[in-house]
Amino acid sequence: MSAQTSEHKTMSVKLIVWRQKGPNAPGRFETHVAKGITEHHSFLEMLDVVNEDLIKQGKEPISFDHDCREGICGTCSAVVNGVPHGGQVRTTLCQLHMRKFKDGDAIYLEPWRARAFPIVRDLVTDRGSLDKLIQAAGYVSCHTGGVPDANAIPISKPDSDYAMDAAECIGCGACVAACPNGAAMLFAGAKVAQFAALPQGQVEAPERVAAMIRTMQECGFGNCTNHYECQAACPKGIDVKFIARLNREFLKALFKAKAGTFTPVGE
Amino acid sequence: MILDGKAPTGPIEQSWDKHRFDMKLVNPPNKRKFKILVVGTGLAGASAAASLGELGYNVETFCYQDSPRRAHSIAAQGGINAAKNYPNDGDSIYRLFYDTIKGGDFRSREADVWRLSQVSNNIIDQCVAQGVPFARDYAGYLDTRSFGGAQVSRTFYARGQTGQQLLLGAYSALSRQIKAGSVKLFPRTEMLDLVVVDGEAKGITVRDLITGEIRVHTGDAVVLASGGYMNVFYLSTNAMGCSVTAIWKAHKKGAFFGNPCFTQIHPTCIPQAGEYQSKLTLMSESLRNDGRIWVPKKKEDCGKPANQIPEEDRDYYLERKYPTFGNLAPRDISSRAAKEQCDEGRGVGLGGRGVYLDFRDSIHRFGENVIRERYGNLFEMYERITDENGYKVPMRIYPAPHYAMGGLWVDYNLMSNLPGLFVLGEANFSVHGANRLGASALMQGLADGYFVIPYTIANYLKDTKPGKVKADHPECVKSIEDVKGSAKKLLAVNGNRTVTEFIRELGTLMWNNCGMARSKESLTEAIAKIPAIREEFWKNVKVSGTGDEFNQQLENAGRTADFLEFGELICRDALHRDESCGGHFRVEHQYADGEAKRNDADYAYAAAWEFKGVDKEPELHKEPLKFENIHLAVRSYK
Repeated sequence: MSAQTSEHKTMSVKLIVWRQKGPNAPGRFETHVAKGITEHHSFLEMLDVVNEDLIKQGKEPISFDHDCREGICGTCSAVVNGVPHGGQVRTTLCQLHMRKFKDGDAIYLEPWRARAFPIVRDLVTDRGSLDKLIQAAGYVSCHTGGVPDANAIPISKPDSDYAMDAAECIGCGACVAACPNGAAMLFAGAKVAQFAALPQGQVEAPERVAAMIRTMQECGFGNCTNHYECQAACPKGIDVKFIARLNREFLKALFKAKAGTFTPVGE
Repeated sequence: MILDGKAPTGPIEQSWDKHRFDMKLVNPPNKRKFKILVVGTGLAGASAAASLGELGYNVETFCYQDSPRRAHSIAAQGGINAAKNYPNDGDSIYRLFYDTIKGGDFRSREADVWRLSQVSNNIIDQCVAQGVPFARDYAGYLDTRSFGGAQVSRTFYARGQTGQQLLLGAYSALSRQIKAGSVKLFPRTEMLDLVVVDGEAKGITVRDLITGEIRVHTGDAVVLASGGYMNVFYLSTNAMGCSVTAIWKAHKKGAFFGNPCFTQIHPTCIPQAGEYQSKLTLMSESLRNDGRIWVPKKKEDCGKPANQIPEEDRDYYLERKYPTFGNLAPRDISSRAAKEQCDEGRGVGLGGRGVYLDFRDSIHRFGENVIRERYGNLFEMYERITDENGYKVPMRIYPAPHYAMGGLWVDYNLMSNLPGLFVLGEANFSVHGANRLGASALMQGLADGYFVIPYTIANYLKDTKPGKVKADHPECVKSIEDVKGSAKKLLAVNGNRTVTEFIRELGTLMWNNCGMARSKESLTEAIAKIPAIREEFWKNVKVSGTGDEFNQQLENAGRTADFLEFGELICRDALHRDESCGGHFRVEHQYADGEAKRNDADYAYAAAWEFKGVDKEPELHKEPLKFENIHLAVRSYK
């Protein structure tokens, strides 16, 4: 079980991996074998091994997104055997290790598949639509400077903890990839809930939820039909209760709009 | 040349306020005529772009990641310092200033550090207003904790993800400006050259990482916030894409490089598990509060399971060598001590590169539940990576390259020696001296971006005519040709070795010869060997694919080519600095107890190197450091 005892044991796995040159090029599955893999290889390090091999053979390496490799930047993104990030609870793909696989396993590897995430190349997708959601209203409109002392407004610990639970989202998009409707409700819900729970964010709450929902539709995200696949796939364990909060905030905004106390921007 | 940092004179307490008044302003309606290019979207870059956009400047911002939110500031765990003195425990701006100067082993500029300490309080206010969910107590007020190198509780935190929350705050402010149209975002875009016209920075040449298009963006000022260069050691706690490229290209165009040899090695990281390994993961230093560090006394015990090694055969070397501080000895000392044990052949785990961090005694004393409550998430992370249960067997840790104190040289206005080129955050050399204290990196990034650059950039712009340089300027055309040329050259080599093999070779050499302990011999050897690796690289590297498509190999090849030039500069700086200070440890200069032995008579200056050509010796310029408020003294935490 320790590094000392098992450094010589290696395994081979068969990768059936999605290859696609560009957004409009046809894609196909290709088979490669990863040899000499130890239990201590992370999943991405296993892909590194395959790529080094491919380069030496003069073939195109597999493109995949990755950066911090410690589970926080949200860059890595691939569907392993049908499950975004590979299915280990609260674990990003970069933190998944090969000890979760057996010698001889066949592993299917695909990109995030969602209308709002066009494929760039192989396993790499364009998740700019998530940035668009934040640009729509995922902020508190305060200027640099001219803000009150940090302790001027006390915030109850439960509210603060609730906001932090929502704020832990790393924006990887696994929720969208896992959702049969390609919805970004968990992503948007977490942001709406974080700010709705804090006095700083409550001022703009109706405008925020209205703008984010409108932008979700414009970007081609689907709607929530309560499958909860998003929560199961989320590497940070973001709770679906934030989707309920999103819906509640949206209803509140509708009533406010009816009462004339708030006018949705652009309508 | 003797460099002038242009720090204000007079009483330090008034230095920043007075300087702010003395600087000129840009008239509000004129601001939109100026275009500012910001490279990097971490804490420094995102906060700068957002703040400049709010002021009305026309900003373009660039990052190599697919989203600005993924910059590596996101990985910072511990917290952010500020001199709020909320706990009423004796903190003040002056104390934070003092701790930072002393922590940096007296190799930073006093006025810059004062300013950082002064604006630290504004940062916390700003982040709370943005909705950053800092930890709070049951009364609803902000909570703080203690960090290394300080005797007060001044570190604000958001669970173990403070960097993430602060970055998301800055990213939200940036997103708001993108929506407002004042900032234009270019993700998956990498800066590959700086355009200098008549000695001033007027543009950058970038590669669109999706289409491969190489183009110039011109502007009236360039702000680099592109982070640190610790991936020169190959294995580090940095993200895979972190590189020296942006600042190295600027250096090659004339910007001086300050103190490149000041690098920080973090003592508590998960050891390397094999040759194939791609990065090292840091574990919060707080573990050392309850864990005891040891190695077997006898070499022959190293292969045995830890639990079978009896108490009398264990060497708790930190407790033995540093009885006062024990397991909480400062970062640089702990790191070097671990290396010493392993060099003696008493390291544990793969390749003998690890020491034990043992919680047995604490679990015995407090119970497993208490330890789980304190560090549960870290034990979980450790188990995910190593498959070992830290409650049952001791963890294995080893030091890892973590943070670059060095960077491009800047004056008090954060402007490099090239007018119009500003450098923020980890990319500059300014405030941390030879060693950075924990929880100060986040503070610096946000201070530079929110509260310094918005003022100091105006002082430069007021004398410039907006839109002076257009994309058809001969310097722009030449820059595009150069960048295209080097990409073409990389693709044309078509040799037998992969890019990874080269960066691994360089990193191993840098780590062995210019890592935790450096000597005249080791550095001279590295300076002789690096050009050979570089030559081999340009003869024998294999980069697949083409230049006009998404090509991660080509990206890595370019970054590696720059590291192969830059590594030599670190070694030269380390060789020239014939003293030990902070993270720079020359084995020739130490006290009997292993403490770094500074030489203030000869080396109380910042070294700023001027590029003279690849394979040519760089020229050294010096900025003398004056200490008018804090007395130079032997740094001691005993």
